[in-house]
Amino acid sequence: MTRKTRRLWIVIACLACISSAAALTLRAFSSNIVFFMAPSQVKANPPAPDRTIRLGGMVMAGSLHRITENGAPVNSFNVTDGQAAVEVHYTGILPDLFREGQSVVALGTVQKNGGFTASEVLAKHDETYMPKEVAEELKRTGKWDPRFGKAPDAASWDTMTAKKAGG
Amino acid sequence: MFGPEQGHFALALACVLALIQFVVPLWGAHKRNARLVAMAPFLAVSQLLALAISFFSLIMCAVHDDFSVQNVAANSAASKPLLYKITGVWGNHEGSVLLWTLILGVCGAAVSAFGRNLPDILRGRVLAILGGVSAGFQLFCLLTSNPFDRVFPAPMDGQGMNPLLQDPGLAFHPPILYTGYVGFAVPFAFAVAALLEGRVDAAWGRWVRPWAVAAWCFLTCGIALGSWWSYYVLGWGGYWFWDPVENASLIPWLTGTALVHSAIVVEKREGLKIWTVLLAIATFSFSLSGTFLVRSGILNSVHAFANDPARGVFILALLALVIGGSLALFAWRAPSLTSGGLFSPVSREGSLVLNNILLCSICAVVVTGTMYPPFMQLLAGRTISVGKPFFDAATIPLTIPLLLAMGVGTALPWKRAQLARTFSHLFVAAIIAAVGLVLCFWKFSGALPIACGALAIWVIAASVTDILRRVGLGHSSMSDMVARARNLPRSSWGAALAHIGAGITVLGLCGMSGAQHAIVEIHVGETRSLAGDDWTLLNVHDYAGPNYRAMQADIAIRHNGKLITTLHPEKRDFTTQNQTTTEVAIHTNFITDLYGVVGDRHGTGANATYVLRLHRNPLAPWMWLGGLVMAIGGAFSLSDRRLRVGAPKRAAARNMAQA
Repeated sequence: MTRKTRRLWIVIACLACISSAAALTLRAFSSNIVFFMAPSQVKANPPAPDRTIRLGGMVMAGSLHRITENGAPVNSFNVTDGQAAVEVHYTGILPDLFREGQSVVALGTVQKNGGFTASEVLAKHDETYMPKEVAEELKRTGKWDPRFGKAPDAASWDTMTAKKAGG
Repeated sequence: MFGPEQGHFALALACVLALIQFVVPLWGAHKRNARLVAMAPFLAVSQLLALAISFFSLIMCAVHDDFSVQNVAANSAASKPLLYKITGVWGNHEGSVLLWTLILGVCGAAVSAFGRNLPDILRGRVLAILGGVSAGFQLFCLLTSNPFDRVFPAPMDGQGMNPLLQDPGLAFHPPILYTGYVGFAVPFAFAVAALLEGRVDAAWGRWVRPWAVAAWCFLTCGIALGSWWSYYVLGWGGYWFWDPVENASLIPWLTGTALVHSAIVVEKREGLKIWTVLLAIATFSFSLSGTFLVRSGILNSVHAFANDPARGVFILALLALVIGGSLALFAWRAPSLTSGGLFSPVSREGSLVLNNILLCSICAVVVTGTMYPPFMQLLAGRTISVGKPFFDAATIPLTIPLLLAMGVGTALPWKRAQLARTFSHLFVAAIIAAVGLVLCFWKFSGALPIACGALAIWVIAASVTDILRRVGLGHSSMSDMVARARNLPRSSWGAALAHIGAGITVLGLCGMSGAQHAIVEIHVGETRSLAGDDWTLLNVHDYAGPNYRAMQADIAIRHNGKLITTLHPEKRDFTTQNQTTTEVAIHTNFITDLYGVVGDRHGTGANATYVLRLHRNPLAPWMWLGGLVMAIGGAFSLSDRRLRVGAPKRAAARNMAQA
C-alpha cells in the first residue's frame, strides 16, 4: 500500500463520516428545532398543534390552580408577557423554583382552544431574572421603566395602562 | 497570616512568577541558554506555592466567616456546615477561576516533578506555555473577578449558598471536572512546544500520552459525577439534559478520547503526528471554550452564575490569544513535520483512524447543536433551542459504527491485518453478541436501544475474549496463563477495561430508555402500582434541619406483597434563601433503581393529599459505573511499566540529545 492510496482511503473515510454527520444534523434540525415564543406571538399566529414550542414569560400572580384528574395532579396557570396571556396546563410536579410573579419556560404544544399543554416546565434559578423579550416588551409599551425601580407585579401587566407605570 | 490581603498578594505574586515562567525559558530556549531554561521547574513550583497560599487564604476567609470579603458575604453564611464553607469556595465564579489556576499550577509542578527525564529544552518550553496560560487566567482573576475584594460595611451574615449546591456530590464535582479540563493544558503545551521545536517523534508520543490519559480519566469522572448529581439532586429522573454546559464538557471529552487513541499511533508507529498535535490543541481549546461558555452569559443556562460583559470580553480576548495563537503556529510549523510509517486500511492504525474520524464527527454534531441556537439568536434574532430529540437523532447513528469498530480494533495487529485470522479471533465475541441481541430484543424496546445494547455486549465480549486470547486460554496451562497475564502490558489491561466501561455505560443508557414513571396525588395510606410494584404512602412528617425545614414521606414498595424497601424522599425549605429543594430517595439493587420524589402537600389534616413522582429506572447505575470503570482503565494504563520506568525514556532522551 503506497502513501497515496492510504491517503485516499483516509480522505474517503473522512468524507463519508462528515457527510453522514452533516446529513444527520440537517435531518435532525428540520424536525427537532424548538422555537421560543412569547404569549403575544402565540396569540397572533398560533403554531401547528403538533409543533413543540417553548413558551416563555412570567407566571401571573394568583393564576395558579391545582386539580386532581384520575389521581394525577394537574396544574394550570397563566403565562404573560405584558401583551397577552396564555393558559398553561401541566401534569406533574412543578419545579422547586416555580413561583407566581416569576419567569417560567414551558415546553409543549398549543391546543386548538388556544390553551397550552406543557410536557416540561422550567423555572429560572435566578430570582431577579426576567426573560429579555419580556423586559423589552414591557419597556417598549411603557409599562415599566427600569430607572424607577423593580418591575410591577406580573398580574397587573395585562390590564394596566402605560400611564400608571412608573408613576 | 492567611487573610484576604495576603491571599490577594500571593495571587499577584503567582501571576508575576507565571509571566516570568512564560518569558524566560522561551527566551533561553531560543538563545540556547541552558541556565535560563533550567529556571522553569523552579518557577513552576514557586508559582504553585504562591497559588496554594492564595487559595488557602480564601478557604480560611470562608471558614472564619469573614463577611467583609465580598465573595464570602455573597456565597456563605454563618449557619452553613463546615464542609460546605470549604467547598463553597469553588461554588462561585471568582473562587472557581482561582481553583482553575491552582490546578494549572499543580499541572506545571507535576511536569517539573515527573518530567525529569524530558530533554531540558522541551521541558522548559512546555512549562513556559503552561506559565503563559496560567498568567492569562490569573490576570483575568485579578482584574475582573477578584475573590478577595472587600466590602464596606461588612454585613452581619452572608447571603448563603444556593441549597442545590449543598451536596457532597457537587462539592467534589468541580475540582475533578476542572482537573480534567485543565489537565489537557499539558498535552496542549507539549503540542505547542513540539511545534516550536519542529519535531514530533515516538518519544514525544510516549511523553504526551500519560498526561492526556490522566486528564481524560479526570474528565470522565467529572462528567459521570455531574450526571449522577443531576440524577439524584434535581429530582427530574433525568441524567443528561444536553444543556450547553454539559455539552461543553462532552466536547473536549470526545476530542480528548480521540487524542488518547491517536497518541498511541504516534508512540507505536510514528504516524498521525500532525493530526495528534492538532487534536491536542483542539482539545484544550474546547476545554477553554467550555469554561468560557459557562462563565460568560453567552449561553444562558441553569449553570451560569456570571453575566458580566467585562468578564466576557476579557475571556474572549484570552481565548482568541491562546487558540488563535496556537492555531497560527500550527499552520506555520505543521508542514515541516514529516509523516511516518505506512499501514493498510485494515490494521490497528486503520481502526484508530476510523475511531478518530467518528469521534470527531460526533463532536462536530454536538458543537453544531450547541452553537447553532446562540448564533441564530445573534444573527437572526430568533430564539430557538435544540434538545434531546435532536442530539439523539444526530449522534446515535454515528455511535453505532464506533461501537462496532471498538470491538474489531483491539483484535487487529499493527500495520496489516489478515481478515480471516481477525474473524477467527472475533468469532466467540460475535456469538456472544448474537445472544446479547436476543436478550436485548426481550428486555429493551425500540430499534436503537436494541441495536446499541447488542453492540455494547459486543464491545464487552470482544474486549474480554481479546484479553483471554492473549493470556493464552485454551492452549496453555494454568500457571502459564497467570505468567502471561502478568507479562501482558498494563496498557492492554487498561484499554480492555476502558472499553468494557464504555460498553457498560452504553448498556445503562439503553436500559434507561425503558424507564417508566408515574405522577400521582394520593392520601396517606393509599397505594399505586407502577410496572408491577406497589408503592404505598405510609406516613408524612415534618422536622427541622440545621438551616431548613423538611417534609419527609415514607413510601413502602412491595412486589407481589413482599416488601422491597421503604423510601424516605424529602422536600426541604431553606428559609434564608426562600428556596425549596427536593431530596430524592433511591433504592438500587444495581439492576434497577426505584426512585421516589415527594412534591406538594394539598389540604390539611387527615384530608391532605400529597403529590408523588415514582420512577422505575432499569440499569441506571450502570451509566456511572461504566464511567468509573473507564477511568479505572485509564489509571491502569497510566501505571504501565513503560510509562513509569525511566529507562526507555532516558535512552530516547539521549538519542534526542544526539540528534
